[in-house]
Amino acid sequence: MKHLLQQILQSGKFLTGFIIFLFILLLMIFYPMINPGDPLQTISIGTFAPPGTYVSMYDALDTELNVFKLDNAALNRLDSVLKPEDRVEMIMWFESAGVKVDVTLNDTEALLAAWNEYYDSSIQPSGMTKAKRNYYKRLNDNITRMLATIPKVIAKISEESGELVEVRQIKSTDYINTNKVANVFNLPLGTDNFGRNVLKELASAIKTSLLIGLIAGSVATLIGLTLGLVAGFLGGLIDDFIMFITNIFTVIPSFVLLILISYSIGQEQRGAATVAVVIGLTSWIWTARAVRSQVISLRNRDHVNLSKLSGHSFFRIMVADILPYIASYVVMALILQISAAILAEAQLSMLGLGPKTTEVPTLGLMMKWSMLYSAHLNGYWWSYFPVILTIALISFSLNLMNTGLDQVFNPTLRD
Amino acid sequence: MANHRKSCLSGKGVTKVFGLGLKKTVAVNHVDFDFLEGDFVSIVGESGSGKTTLAKMLLGLLPETEGEIFFQGSLRNIRGRENKKKYWKEIQAIFQDPFSSYNLFQKIDSVLLDCIRMRGGARLPYTNKIEMITEACSFVNLKFEELTNKYPFELSGGQMQRLMIARIFLLKPKILLADEPTSMIDACSRATILDMLMNLRNENGMTIIFITHDIGLAYYISDDVYIMEHGNIVEHGKAEDVILNPKDEYTKRLISDVPKIHEVWDLSTVG
Repeated sequence: MKHLLQQILQSGKFLTGFIIFLFILLLMIFYPMINPGDPLQTISIGTFAPPGTYVSMYDALDTELNVFKLDNAALNRLDSVLKPEDRVEMIMWFESAGVKVDVTLNDTEALLAAWNEYYDSSIQPSGMTKAKRNYYKRLNDNITRMLATIPKVIAKISEESGELVEVRQIKSTDYINTNKVANVFNLPLGTDNFGRNVLKELASAIKTSLLIGLIAGSVATLIGLTLGLVAGFLGGLIDDFIMFITNIFTVIPSFVLLILISYSIGQEQRGAATVAVVIGLTSWIWTARAVRSQVISLRNRDHVNLSKLSGHSFFRIMVADILPYIASYVVMALILQISAAILAEAQLSMLGLGPKTTEVPTLGLMMKWSMLYSAHLNGYWWSYFPVILTIALISFSLNLMNTGLDQVFNPTLRD
Repeated sequence: MANHRKSCLSGKGVTKVFGLGLKKTVAVNHVDFDFLEGDFVSIVGESGSGKTTLAKMLLGLLPETEGEIFFQGSLRNIRGRENKKKYWKEIQAIFQDPFSSYNLFQKIDSVLLDCIRMRGGARLPYTNKIEMITEACSFVNLKFEELTNKYPFELSGGQMQRLMIARIFLLKPKILLADEPTSMIDACSRATILDMLMNLRNENGMTIIFITHDIGLAYYISDDVYIMEHGNIVEHGKAEDVILNPKDEYTKRLISDVPKIHEVWDLSTVG
């Protein structure tokens, strides 16, 4: 046993898969500890807040100021305001005004220097519409305003007169320390269409999906193992009957079966566990076939005969003389079943036949909602890409572990 | 050899057919035999002649397609688990390959303890059981202290096969079916194992059915010899009669195929 464990841990493939899987597990376990609370709680009003650190503006106004004089502050400010399309328009203006400048899009400093030097609203390049000329005027105003260091005024509405009363002026050199702001929080993956924290939801969804995988995999393996053992060991008419049923299930694509069963169960009854059991009930076929063929090759071995001669019961022979010999195979089949069940749940959820949507997040449901709210069309990558990556990584790591185990148990496959 | 000794195991028209239709293979074809109590009987034949299939039918591990097998003069009844268990108290086997005869996941103690349980000693105190096992092991020149708590793959092939004999020693069945017990073992251990089989018979009056492809070996140890070819028994009788005066062509060929020291090996009969 110790030797076997050593061999498994020496297998590079198994170890890689295991480490990836461990990372996912750690995310699943520790993120909810750091950030406890209901993963389905709506935190943002409005959809798809992008990833990043959020600082409460309201609280920031009351925070103690520090003054810094930084050279590149103005430039940075402009950098974040100048959109790529504005920069393109600026270069277009140089061309239409016949000014020869050598600037690139991303070099904000050179671009601004050239703009300040050459731009003149009185120049009317030929062929430029008035609207376009007005656009450039507005752009120039914006830039000038950004570069100017006019203080901004914070005012509040007076309760008595209803007039604005100045509270404070904020200069361009004023900074606040985010540690001193009462409300600062980090959204590593932003929020989704319902305004939920995506990372928190993801950690919870991994848990549910793995649970679905585990339940479905166990159900499938258990059914497959039992039928395979009985059919393979007893043979004869029982074998024919079990194989008849198995073959019927083989020719019906299990996904079609899955859709039909999920649909007929109905939205209300479909919890995560129900979906898991349904997935398990439709995916035991290959385990049953494989176990049966393994048992057939084992049942005429001498040690089984000897066990029979020693008067052992059918059950005892199954458990003690046959099961240990196929245990490694069954474990590998279980791993693949778990991976397949997670994918099946995602597929079902995308079709809207997955678990009921209001109770638990699953990987499939997260993708479904992202798709329904067109996250993929609008570039809200944070709401679906991490989910896809997680599914891919879970599936990849489980399959890698399976291949690693296969090489340990089947010496002929070692490279 | 007196004829008044009782028949121990006999069969009439025993047949085993595998497969159906075009794939039909007759492994054992209407075979008659009669093994007397206390005899050392050899069944000799080349590979594929149906020896092992016949042995499995005798053991009740395979149902016969046709024919009847009589145990101690009456038709044997092995329907149901209880009857089978009763039958297996009387007939036991040693298999060809010691490496595959053991469940690799169980310690060898459990194999021997099973034998004591089989003989109704499940409730004996543990020390008694260990005593019995130690005695059985010393019968086959093994020290139980060295073997206990070991897994089968930690033993050599010879040790495994001797442990199989220790198992038989514990079970003390009426009939022992030894299916080529020496073919996977080196020549030195072979003599020891044959010697132990002889001891088993002499001490317990066991009937031993010895299955082998080695006609020389059969001549050396057996009282009766049955020669099998393609599922048929072509010749049987006392070992001396059959081997010194073979009547069937196949027997003659088998005998000439035995390599002999001090003589040129006659390969002319090899098909």
